[in-house]
Amino acid sequence: MSIVFEKPHALTDAALHYCPGCTHGIIHRLVAEAIDDLKIEGKTVGVAPVGCAVMAYNYFACDMVEAAHGRAPAVATGLKRAMPDNIIFTYQGDGDLASIGMAETVHAATRNENITVIFVNNAIYGMTGGQMAPTSLPGQVTQTSPYGRDVNVCGYPIKICELLSNLDGPEYLERVAVNNVKNVKNAKRAIKKAFENQINKKGFSLIEVISSCPTNWGMTPDQALAWIDEKMIPYYPLGVYKDKSAQKDSEVKA
Amino acid sequence: MTDKVLMKGNEAIAEAAIQAGCRFYFGYPITPQTEIAAYMAKRMPKISGTFLQAESEIAAINMVYGVASAGKRVMTSSSSPGISLKSEGISYIAGCDLPALIVNVQRGGPGLGGIQPSQSDYFQATRGGGHGDYHVIALAPASVQEMADLTFKGFDLADIYRTPVMILADGTMGQMMEPVKMKDYTPPDINKDWAVTGTKMMREHNIINSLCLDPESLEISNFKRYEKYKTICEKEAMCEEYLTNDADIVIAAFGIAARVSKNAVNEARANGLKVGMIRPITLWPFPKDAFERAAEKAKAFISVELSMGQMIEDVSLAVRCRKPVYLCNRAGGMIPSPEQVLAKINEIANMSNSK
Amino acid sequence: MAKVTFKTDLCKGCGLCVTVCPKKLIVLSKDKLNKKGHSPAEMTDEEKCIGCAFCATMCPDCVITVEK
Repeated sequence: MSIVFEKPHALTDAALHYCPGCTHGIIHRLVAEAIDDLKIEGKTVGVAPVGCAVMAYNYFACDMVEAAHGRAPAVATGLKRAMPDNIIFTYQGDGDLASIGMAETVHAATRNENITVIFVNNAIYGMTGGQMAPTSLPGQVTQTSPYGRDVNVCGYPIKICELLSNLDGPEYLERVAVNNVKNVKNAKRAIKKAFENQINKKGFSLIEVISSCPTNWGMTPDQALAWIDEKMIPYYPLGVYKDKSAQKDSEVKA
Repeated sequence: MTDKVLMKGNEAIAEAAIQAGCRFYFGYPITPQTEIAAYMAKRMPKISGTFLQAESEIAAINMVYGVASAGKRVMTSSSSPGISLKSEGISYIAGCDLPALIVNVQRGGPGLGGIQPSQSDYFQATRGGGHGDYHVIALAPASVQEMADLTFKGFDLADIYRTPVMILADGTMGQMMEPVKMKDYTPPDINKDWAVTGTKMMREHNIINSLCLDPESLEISNFKRYEKYKTICEKEAMCEEYLTNDADIVIAAFGIAARVSKNAVNEARANGLKVGMIRPITLWPFPKDAFERAAEKAKAFISVELSMGQMIEDVSLAVRCRKPVYLCNRAGGMIPSPEQVLAKINEIANMSNSK
Repeated sequence: MAKVTFKTDLCKGCGLCVTVCPKKLIVLSKDKLNKKGHSPAEMTDEEKCIGCAFCATMCPDCVITVEK
């Protein structure tokens, strides 16, 4: 018998603090699997956010830095500039990356900073108890939008991949989801590519991962995964939003 | 560079930083310190260093946090409103016990204020500036030569104590030109095995972090940090004492205010008044001992400041209110003249004579 | 036949493995609680397991090891 599936080495043995059924754990594992596959654990430094994943520094076995809310891309910029041969990634939620840290996100992208950004979009502030996020859907009920997100008052959700794809800078932008086996496998491929891009010095790669928050969505874990299919993915279509190298290759061929 | 060269204060800081081995500078434009960024923009690419104009002061200080986490010498510079923005990051840097150099070339405030010299960020610099229990070592140069010397010193102190260090200059110090001689410098040999340079699969992972949800542990880390601060207070307080031995009136002044005051002290001495001056070089730790000694003999103190009176509180604490402490100040970007200081000296002298 | 091992004390009883198992072989324990007080996932009939690892793929807590 040989092992088909086990915990990746790049995750520590610490028990995850996430709620039952929260897909942060799956995304952590996919990042760790990419680190294992590419054999880069010894030279990888991760940057943890503020939000549910704030304690990610306990879970990844590589060196870790905890950043202030939204500032992970700036911290990662410092780390990468100081250690260009190391692999630097950030792991950020929607409030962190798309609200308070929007400037850092956009500017790291436009500089084509050679880092990997894992952006977990679950359309809510989880850690603080379920407030409206920049990515909460129109009409979505949260603690701070108790009558549903009113776009006339709060504006529309921010679509990060679409937004950043208008910049000349970033190398690679893809949106994936982790709500079923097929999507998880695809997310794994995308995350690995985002690390490979960094190894190959291609530049800024961001993978937006549509994730669930059963607790704050008020659903069971499997209902939450179904809600991703029904509500999230129609608003946030999956796919590659920018791939500069592929674009160049096809231009050369043409 | 061993010969004397005529330099602007801001440029002296930049060149000294490079000679101190700093290869990473992150900043955002703001008057009156932009020469530092301009100098770095020119020099860093020639020496395989990094100059990066960040998208904001907030991003700049967090880039500093990143490089400091990697264990390398790094700096940023700004002026008052920009330092307020950096304060969040400085709190994190202090909370993670990381070394970094921050330069504040102060301008008048509050708010957007003005662009003329000021010392009104004294409270911010000496009390920490951001949230939580922490200090930064605050160094106050009073000449272009000291702008350079304290930059070397600042990097060393930052590394030795694993703490952010701030150079608290002002618009005049930044803009004035004076001859400078860079010192022959060798950085201290410091083990940075805490840095996040990658585990190389040879050790447990290092974590740079200021989050601690267990209050008991957080208290322990605060107490531990304050033990370090105690050592800093005991060992690193610096000041210049000028004619204080027999002084009846002692002026307290730093930076540009000390230069102005020195003229007034000389003038008062020429008029037969026993006046001296203590010029704090470290604002935190505050050189309390010098003030306590001076208080044995002096009848009064005058704090000369480019603010509404901030250092005066530390002077009063240092002399433990045994002697009166008077304020002689200008604010909002105005600089006191030697005549104003002399007039204050005469006023105090007449007051104590008439008693 | 495949071998599925659960690190029972890491399980939070979210049931995602139960839903995703194509052979419906996993259940949340009816009579056991783990250290955390959750009803942990367990295998009912290992003989029928095809080792697809769907359960492990969807487990957010790295509870499951699959051998084949």
